[in-house]
Amino acid sequence: MQQICTVLENTPLTASVWRMRLGADTAAVTAPGQFVNVKLPGFYLRRPISICDFEEGSLTLLYKVVGRGTDAMTRIHPRHRLDVLVGLGNGYDLSKSGQTPLLVGGGVGVPPLYGLCKALLARGKAPQVILGFNTREEIFYEAEFQALGVPVYVTTVDGSYGQRGFVTDVMKDLSYTYFYTCGPLPMFRAIEKTARTSGQYSFEERMGCGFGACMGCSIETKSGAKRVCKDGPVFEREEIIW
Amino acid sequence: MVNTQVTLCGIALENPVIPASGTFGFGREFAALYDINCLGTFSFKGTTLHPRFGNPTPRIAECAAGMLNAVGLQNPGVEHVKAVELPALAQIFHKPVMANVSGFSVAEYVSVVEQLTDEPQIGWFEVNISCPNVHGGGMSFGTSPAAAEEVTRAVRAVTKKPLIVKLSPNVTDIAAIARACEAGGADGVSLINTLLGMRLNLRTRKPLLANTTGGLSGPALLPLAVRMVYQVYEAVKIPIVGMGGVSSAEDVLELMMAGATAVEVGAANLVDPYASEKIVKALPQVMEQYGIARLADIIGAAHR
Repeated sequence: MQQICTVLENTPLTASVWRMRLGADTAAVTAPGQFVNVKLPGFYLRRPISICDFEEGSLTLLYKVVGRGTDAMTRIHPRHRLDVLVGLGNGYDLSKSGQTPLLVGGGVGVPPLYGLCKALLARGKAPQVILGFNTREEIFYEAEFQALGVPVYVTTVDGSYGQRGFVTDVMKDLSYTYFYTCGPLPMFRAIEKTARTSGQYSFEERMGCGFGACMGCSIETKSGAKRVCKDGPVFEREEIIW
Repeated sequence: MVNTQVTLCGIALENPVIPASGTFGFGREFAALYDINCLGTFSFKGTTLHPRFGNPTPRIAECAAGMLNAVGLQNPGVEHVKAVELPALAQIFHKPVMANVSGFSVAEYVSVVEQLTDEPQIGWFEVNISCPNVHGGGMSFGTSPAAAEEVTRAVRAVTKKPLIVKLSPNVTDIAAIARACEAGGADGVSLINTLLGMRLNLRTRKPLLANTTGGLSGPALLPLAVRMVYQVYEAVKIPIVGMGGVSSAEDVLELMMAGATAVEVGAANLVDPYASEKIVKALPQVMEQYGIARLADIIGAAHR
């Protein structure tokens, strides 16, 4: 689980979203939607970051600068080595997708859906993707999803690109067999009102350890207290107490 | 060959390294990573009479050289611990374990200890009278000598197992609390629990933690722990389990020289899941470096 990873790439995609590729043994990564916990020099706690994509020998993280830790992360250069806990949490369960699952990402919730989309395609599924952003300047990975050959719908709240409005404005008119989502809580609440199938939500929470020891990220579910880091971050729609 | 063995309240420990309660669960997450039988023992997740979800999130905030937590004693309750956690623990850990217990009244502490005292896996009780994150219990017993003595005496009456009382640093005179526990019949004291702290979000101008305040742990605490262990060593005759910011074998030696018989490792386990194992492995070499053949010989060395 614990690895010393070499930074292969660390580049900005937008004003606040960066891509970091790490050389890593990805054998511990078993499903899209899992995350890593990165130790940054000068910071006591690790930073949990979802895995966007992985292949043998490397993994890709897309992270948003939200505070001093992630800001410091932007100043880490290639060839630097980072202490990383790899393959944490339970990712998305692909077995429930049906033939035409819908992937809904909001802002920095978009990254894990990329790896999920690739995994679903590899299983012969036909996923559709909705990516929601506030404004045109914040959009990332539209072209990467398009390159996978799947339908990609982009929404912006201010209408500066794609369809004006929220992901649910597109979602309500699509037909799909299941949904997978990651993004902010207000988006989850809107999806909960819009969705017509079962689905899976990936949650975010401030974490202490990231591997289930400290109970720092617990949420109450219909089957009792669950740790977002260890039992999640992905939870089934039917489990969640809103 | 150096000798890392110590004896804590009559029970021999292969080494003095003890993961602290609340940072090690019931051992399962760590047993998946390394053989936790390399540890002296560990102190399991603070157990209360009834199951508790704990505080709302955010429960965690970072700070320089440490972290704040306001978990609030989330635990499945003593019945579940007996029925599920202890049998599961028996599969992965084959040494006496330290049972950390907490309550919101003297009667609750007594009831939890009564229900666990006949469990053969339990070597020691660690009675937490110092949790800063719950209201109406926890730390309120640990900040008054009279209340500390009362809860110690009541628990003492229902168990013959070694009774270690875990003390709060959020007091003006920790030695007075330690003496009260000794007078109440404690076999040992452990210290320090977390230091009460708070952080604000500059954007919202509100506390980062949903509970407003939380307990500070991590390397920032070590000097405070060394000072308090040193003071308590001069005040009581019962053994001390030292803790607070321990992250290395050197830190273990320092707390032992201040007066600790054994040492708990807390927040370090959360940042590096292998921290306790690494400390156990490093101990013999660091002992050699400082000319220590028998670890038990350095307990309280700073006082001589």
